[in-house]
Amino acid sequence: MKRPQMTEPQITDRLIKEHGLKPDEYETILKILGRMPTFTELGIFSVMWSEHCSYKSSRIHLKNFPTEAPWVIQGPGENAGVIDIGDNQAAVFKMESHNHPSFIEPYQGAATGVGGILRDIFTMGARPIASLNSLRFGPLTDPYQKHLFSGVVSGIAGYGNCIGVPTVGGEIYVHPCYAGNILVNAFNLGIADIDRIFYGKATGIGNLIVYVGSKTGKDGIHGVTMASEEFTDDAQQKKPNVQVGDPFTEKLLLEACLEAMKENLIVGIQDMGGAGLTSSSSEMAARANMGIELELSRVPLREANMIPYEIMLSESQERMLIVAEEKNLEPLLSIFKKWDLEAAAIGHVSGDGYLRIKWFDETVAEIPASRISTEAPMYDRPQSRPDYQDELNILDESEIEVLTDNNDVLLKLLSSPNIASKELVWQEYDHMVRTSTVVLPGKGDAAVIRVHGSKKGIAMSVDCNSRYCYLDPYMGGIHTLTESARNVAATGAKPLAVTDCLNFGNPEKPEVMWQFAEALRGISDACRALEIPVISGNVSFYNETKGTAIYPTPTVGVVGIIEDVSQALTMGFKNIGDVVILLGPSTGSLGGSEYLSLLHGIERGLPHPVDLEMEMQLIELMVKLCKNGLIVSSHDLSEGGLAVALAESSITGNIGLNAELKTIAKGVRTDTLLYGESASRIVVSAKPDAVANIESMTKEASVPCHVIGKTVENKMFKITIDGNILMNLPLTTISSAYKESLQRGLNDRV
Amino acid sequence: MKAKVYIKHRQEILDPQGKAVLQGLNNLGFKGLTDVRVGKYIEITLDCASVESAHEQVKDMCERLLVNTVIENYTYVIEP
Repeated sequence: MKRPQMTEPQITDRLIKEHGLKPDEYETILKILGRMPTFTELGIFSVMWSEHCSYKSSRIHLKNFPTEAPWVIQGPGENAGVIDIGDNQAAVFKMESHNHPSFIEPYQGAATGVGGILRDIFTMGARPIASLNSLRFGPLTDPYQKHLFSGVVSGIAGYGNCIGVPTVGGEIYVHPCYAGNILVNAFNLGIADIDRIFYGKATGIGNLIVYVGSKTGKDGIHGVTMASEEFTDDAQQKKPNVQVGDPFTEKLLLEACLEAMKENLIVGIQDMGGAGLTSSSSEMAARANMGIELELSRVPLREANMIPYEIMLSESQERMLIVAEEKNLEPLLSIFKKWDLEAAAIGHVSGDGYLRIKWFDETVAEIPASRISTEAPMYDRPQSRPDYQDELNILDESEIEVLTDNNDVLLKLLSSPNIASKELVWQEYDHMVRTSTVVLPGKGDAAVIRVHGSKKGIAMSVDCNSRYCYLDPYMGGIHTLTESARNVAATGAKPLAVTDCLNFGNPEKPEVMWQFAEALRGISDACRALEIPVISGNVSFYNETKGTAIYPTPTVGVVGIIEDVSQALTMGFKNIGDVVILLGPSTGSLGGSEYLSLLHGIERGLPHPVDLEMEMQLIELMVKLCKNGLIVSSHDLSEGGLAVALAESSITGNIGLNAELKTIAKGVRTDTLLYGESASRIVVSAKPDAVANIESMTKEASVPCHVIGKTVENKMFKITIDGNILMNLPLTTISSAYKESLQRGLNDRV
Repeated sequence: MKAKVYIKHRQEILDPQGKAVLQGLNNLGFKGLTDVRVGKYIEITLDCASVESAHEQVKDMCERLLVNTVIENYTYVIEP
């Protein structure tokens, strides 16, 4: 191969600024190098010190997460976290954002988001078995939001369905704060043998660095820098940063990597995601306290005329970097050749701690690897509680009218895109491929997947109530974690660990930094109380457009284990004549509720405080009730409160309900009783002869327990207080509101 | 009038379909192929007062629907 002509720009103040580097950061670069950086080095520093790669504003706060438990095999800091699930098996999981690319090109942005998280999982030696996602858009009445919505959903379906990993669950929220900055958070979980987990470490001086997968092109250069900036009006001009995914190549890459791992040909491995070759090489070197030397003329290229700067910064998809012993090179190359993939030795591990980049023997970059990864700049950015916060938290309930037409209120709530069934969406996803999905989308509070070769099941749920986080980031953080854990427990599984995807505005604004720190404090406190360590995660800042930030959205994904998957619980009522029981506190509050927002146009007040001790007792109780086979359905109370939870259980089970709320109605406004929201509440149904047992177990667990109704033969959904009817609707009516509203909303032309 | 619109992936962006076709041709034994790009060809018959207004319309159609300008390029010709 001939060396192309290289024309590199001069390093000027303007060029430095264009690379998103602050003047003091550039000074630090000069100190580290003891000279001016080359153009390639400037590019490397720029991407590695971007917020996206360096976590420079968040690291100081992330350190406070509890990350340890006896079952944790690998906590944060690797490609994904790993927990022991027994029988010599491990669950490997992580969640990651792809917000900015999805806003620019929804289909490819979401598709490559799925592709990226899949690589994070199989690079650890695990076979991916389930994907979930958390999506947020602006109001779907806006044609542009409809376009984004359908693009994102198709992109997730396109990539996930082609590679053959089921998309089994997730959440979708719609709120004006996301109109200029949608959120696409992708979660994936894989299963590995405990003695066959691989890490992103470049150990062993002299070992070879092997490039595998697709060729490198000019796509996605500086994607991570884009993800570390706010959008302005010219977001459309940032076009070339988008990458196109190829799920069929990823499938080959997955099988080839797992085969090479099985043959023991790999010392260390990491996917080339954000910042491509640069981050994978420097992070693997830094984790092992080693150096890496690369010769870029050996990198397989899609286009001639690529210069080192472009090769190092390309974000072409479906590529991995492997560290291997020299004696294993030939078998390794032959495996990747067999799977029709590129593979080439492009360098070796060195002992001096430097990332040294050569191009046709000329050194074009020479940087201490740790300084661009583990020792990147770290900031303790100023925080301040927003001036508007106190005002925001004031809610005078006496000024809110108690709506009396509860039939109408219920139908409106069930039609809200935040509550309505997402069937329209998950029907596009192949959620059954691999034939392991036990609790299907829409059937339970969490997705449950069978672990082949055992009776075990894995329950997974992704959650965040960003309205709570806006009103009170600390309590919102607690709510987020507890709801996700409660969803897992509602299936009968014991929550074991959590991954996070923290979406916030511009961290250089003290108000945003305050929201971030408070939300993390809330999540941490809840994790400690529930003994659920954080084992992996991702931070996405700069979710702002034209200076307006999204609501703080610290999404979490809790994973749990159910010992006998055949006992997994779903939310639909099962039999006529069953008793319906409310576990947990009898009422919630209106602050931050969907009811207040949708019916009264008010988003203020405070979310209901969470009693973490009660939450833990409820979770333990659920696991016990499920194990003893005492309950036949369970559904946690979230947006829309008790009325919506009961309606969802009725609709999903297609069974009518007579609920009598006399025992819990005393001294409460009817709207608070029916639609108030709080944590630690689950509605279960059981055979009448099991009720005495359930009551004694709940008493033992100190969890309040109220019998509030029974399932009935007529297909009516009725709620009364002391015989007075609050609502009474045919199942077909509430079912149609719940199941068809999303479709109707998307079909409406403006 | 007839408008002939040619659309393909921008040069710097991966074309998975083209890549698959290249692989297929190589597997069949065709030698010396270095790249394949697969695009779309669209014919639009339209009734327009002038060639200028046809140009205007077709360009608008491309920008708003026919072409995903984030990842695709296009050219077109108008035939009377």
